[in-house]
Amino acid sequence: MKTLNELTIEQARVGLDNKEFTSVELTQACLDRIHDRNEEINAFITVTDDLALVEAKKADAMIVKGEQKMLTGIPYSVKDAICTLDVRSTASAKILDNYIPPFDATVIKKIREQGAVLVGKTNCDAFGHGASNEQSMYGPVKNPHDTRKVAGGSSGGAAASVADHQCLFAIAEDTGGSIRQPAAFCGVYGIRPSYGRNSRYGIMPMASSFDTVGPMAKTAADIAILMEVMAGVDAKDATTVPDAVPAYKKEIEKLEIRNLRVGVPKEYFELEGLTDEVKEAIESKIEELKKQGATIVPVSLPHTKYAIPVYYIAVPSEDSSNLGRIDGIRYGVQSDMEKLYDTYAHSREHGFPEEVKRRIMLGTYALSAGYYDAYYRKAQQVRTLIMQDFDTVFQDVDVLITPTSPFPAFGIGEKKDDVIAMYLADVFVSPASVAGIPGISVPAGMSKNGLPIGMQILGPRLGESKILQVANVL
Amino acid sequence: MKLDISDIEHIADLARLHLTDEEKERYADQLSAVFDYIGMLNEVDTTGVAETCQVTGLEDVVREDVAVESDEETRKKIIGQFPNKIGKLLKVKAVFSAE
Repeated sequence: MKTLNELTIEQARVGLDNKEFTSVELTQACLDRIHDRNEEINAFITVTDDLALVEAKKADAMIVKGEQKMLTGIPYSVKDAICTLDVRSTASAKILDNYIPPFDATVIKKIREQGAVLVGKTNCDAFGHGASNEQSMYGPVKNPHDTRKVAGGSSGGAAASVADHQCLFAIAEDTGGSIRQPAAFCGVYGIRPSYGRNSRYGIMPMASSFDTVGPMAKTAADIAILMEVMAGVDAKDATTVPDAVPAYKKEIEKLEIRNLRVGVPKEYFELEGLTDEVKEAIESKIEELKKQGATIVPVSLPHTKYAIPVYYIAVPSEDSSNLGRIDGIRYGVQSDMEKLYDTYAHSREHGFPEEVKRRIMLGTYALSAGYYDAYYRKAQQVRTLIMQDFDTVFQDVDVLITPTSPFPAFGIGEKKDDVIAMYLADVFVSPASVAGIPGISVPAGMSKNGLPIGMQILGPRLGESKILQVANVL
Repeated sequence: MKLDISDIEHIADLARLHLTDEEKERYADQLSAVFDYIGMLNEVDTTGVAETCQVTGLEDVVREDVAVESDEETRKKIIGQFPNKIGKLLKVKAVFSAE
């Protein structure tokens, strides 16, 4: 018998609507779980007990009146780099330790309007910079499957909050893999939507031409429900696309698996460093699809290995300019210095962790006089070639299947001092980020040491329905 | 390529970021390693390849240039976030000095 906090969104919807339990009871079960576990797992920076119970009571009233929507009364968490009205949002950096946004991000507003219940803000690598959650100024998140291991990053708290049943779903952000990689490490579902599908308004900007916001949940069907609520054009984000939002929940049932063409890109499976057990786990899932009638097509994406270098030029360049606004002047924590210059320089010194500073330095250098052409322009040209690789294979196949990460969760502290090794943890997730296409990580079994293995399904731009369909049959 | 301490100090100055001596040394090493790694992009022939600055294909997304006022409560919240203020005004250090 599952406890309430272990339910999926779909299961909780049925229970709430049939009056088997109330949203207050469901919410309390999640809050109890958080308080029981947070000292150890550290998934939450802020827990919103009082607000959650107020929202849960409102949700129960909506249900009594028969006014409920899909998410009414469902407890969820939000990554701390996403703005939430009247709820502290630190981005896991001390420079925003006291920051309380006067507005909701558009996606959060949509979820709140459904009557969902916010239980708290989740820990992450500060401003989304990292792949292990060790770059949080509030301590690392520990993997619920083995607390000696990282939860992944940057959205480690979000993934752990769902995996550890501290809430039913999480809203997070994915620039270079920050939803998919922690979802894989913690054994949950997490989607990076196509760039422009969901509004970025109110997401603390990291790399504006890469950033996306998406959900993590316990099933593919729950992800489909959430995407339906979150997606759509927003006047406050001029990069949102006007294309109609599909009814993802209905769409995922429609897969004709005999007509499905699954591409398997050789570059992902030939990578040195891909562990055998991850490789075998993904190959057995591909085999499963083949048995169900799908056609498996070996394909090549020749520019795959350039995705990480492109990413680490283009993203820090955009990072460094976006972070210019975080200077302790209009909000946040200001160092008390006599001169303006020193106020900036010291507020930023004390308020940012190591990786944020490193990205600012990388990006400032790459954009500085004399280096723009050699680095930024070159990276943007190779970005075009990476996109063309994907465009070409998606003329022949519906989806691509790859591992999400070359290895299961690594040890806390293991890669902390090796910058390039940490950057390479995103080797399978960054190409889709560079190309702006959607990708979902789905659980694909466990390693011999009991750690989750994640499989990535990639689709063409705005091909969320197709990747959700495939995720749903696995 | 190798960045030295003076390169690091120059970048940190441009970025308005104070660094300790230990950080300067560490970032000199690490940035050099990262740019060496990134150098592999030079293997790729990009002659005549267009730059990708955005991936949506959207063009000329415009809106009316009209001010939308915040309500009084929101204004209070924004002002409440100011680290230093005089009444409703944000207080900052002098931008220009006599020197």
